[in-house]
Amino acid sequence: MKLQKVIVPLIAMVVFLIFWELLVWVNGWPNYKMASPSDLWPAYTRYAELFIIYGWQTLWRTVVGLLLAIVVGTFIGMVMGFSRVMRDALYPLLVGFNAVPKATVVPIVALMFVGAHDFNTVLIAFMISFFPIAVSVSIGLSTLEPEYRDILRSLGASNMTIFWKIALPKTLPEFFGALKVAVTLAFIGTNLMEIVSPHGRGLGALFDSGKTNSDYPLMFAVLIALAVLGIVLYYIVVALERIFAGWAERNPT
Amino acid sequence: MGNLIDIKDVSHTFATDGGPLHVLDHLNISVPEGGFCAVVGPSGCGKSTLTRLIAGLMIPDEGEVWLHGERVKSPRSTVGMAFQNPVLLEWRSILKNVMLPLEIVPTKLTRKQQVERAEFLLALVGLEGFEDKKPSELSGGMRQRASLCRSLVHSPEVLILDEPFGALDAFTREDLWQTMHKVKAEEPFTGVLITHDLRESLFLGDQVVVMSGRPAHAQYVMDIPFDGPRVLDDLYTPESAERLAILRHQIEIAQGRATAEDAA
Ligand SMILES: Nc1ncnc2c1ncn2[C@@H]1O[C@H](COP(=O)(O)OP(=O)(O)OP(=O)(O)O)[C@@H](O)[C@H]1O
Ligand SMILES: [Mg+2]
Repeated sequence: MKLQKVIVPLIAMVVFLIFWELLVWVNGWPNYKMASPSDLWPAYTRYAELFIIYGWQTLWRTVVGLLLAIVVGTFIGMVMGFSRVMRDALYPLLVGFNAVPKATVVPIVALMFVGAHDFNTVLIAFMISFFPIAVSVSIGLSTLEPEYRDILRSLGASNMTIFWKIALPKTLPEFFGALKVAVTLAFIGTNLMEIVSPHGRGLGALFDSGKTNSDYPLMFAVLIALAVLGIVLYYIVVALERIFAGWAERNPT
Repeated sequence: MGNLIDIKDVSHTFATDGGPLHVLDHLNISVPEGGFCAVVGPSGCGKSTLTRLIAGLMIPDEGEVWLHGERVKSPRSTVGMAFQNPVLLEWRSILKNVMLPLEIVPTKLTRKQQVERAEFLLALVGLEGFEDKKPSELSGGMRQRASLCRSLVHSPEVLILDEPFGALDAFTREDLWQTMHKVKAEEPFTGVLITHDLRESLFLGDQVVVMSGRPAHAQYVMDIPFDGPRVLDDLYTPESAERLAILRHQIEIAQGRATAEDAA
């Protein structure tokens, strides 16, 4: 059963790579049109060191941005979840903020903090990903049935006790649902900034240099590396969800 | 005074979007120690508001609520509550759910005694062997039994039940009525039961209060002689039929569908 869970996706991946290779080979596409998997390996070995250094930069900046988004998003969510007035006040602001396409914010931030690579990248990763977290926490808290509160309140429990014992755990499934969206968003934010920022860092910058040098295999190699990083981040969140909110999973019976 | 619960001349008005809503109007209810008071009344007349007042979750605009000779101004740990929605915490086992109040209320019990107390109550309501199950693995009736255990685990003086069996099917409900009698024989408490079911009020209560329509006062009080545990067949005796007819008529008056003169 466990083996199957590993082997099946692996086979799917191999089949996909073979299909890709065949497609390029059959059509006789040159490298500048579409690189094939067999071109990727040389690209990885040639730039192995860069991939590790830049990959790590992309990873840690995404994670820091995401952690910031969790802290700030949870805080805003709590404020909006517990206070009707704050919810009415903040909600339109948040929606408006979220509606601005981040692709337009990226160059602005890149210019505002030019040279501060780590700072502006973390900032964008944070800005793009805190919204779903804030909304999910606030909805989770504000839709808590009043009876849950009354059960503890009628025993004289404080608001803090109610939050820790009931409101927080009850919100976790929504929180992790939002975190899965946020982790992908933060990753997109990081890469946008890395690509746009002049003399940037991270895998995005590597992609950009591949572009300027017309090194197509390198560009594809970066894409695949990004996909792998994205998958790793996503499944870390899934694993955390299993641990902390596994009770909310419906058993398929 | 010998009454454990005293609701004295309580009036309350809610401020709503549509203007003030006068819910309770000079309501008086008294329940002696060990008594079990069933409250019936038209939908929306203020029954749940009454339970929140007794629990100290809110303070009435006018009048006073007294529990055991003390005026209620805030929640107190000597109260246990259960609602139509069992509100069990899905991430906890049944045993841990039942023990929840002991984490809030100061208790002299050791950890081991707390577990024993919870297990004793679960066995009493017929949930032996379900201690480690999650609420999602239980039926509606079983969840309600667990919720009942949770409301009793800290040995409250006052048990407040707001339509606890309202969402259950008729057979499960009758099972739970009998369980209530069994619990009452083992656990001393003074109870207030809100219900929509007149037969339930007769079967469980030793006093039935009919609340009037909004703004509500105690329109009619019926004392029910209590002699030993009751069985379901008691509901089909001529006396019970007569009491049911009276209560039904009182409800119709409360709903404004009948007047006192129609009784004859
Ligand atoms: N916190 C509140 N603010 C404003 N109005 C309220 C509030 N709580 C209750 N009400 C209103 O007061 C009235 C009485 O409510 P309550 O819940 O006490 O009725 P009830 O008798 O329990 O009704 P039901 O039979 O449906 O359970 C209702 O019209 C309700 O809408
Ligand atoms: Mg109610």
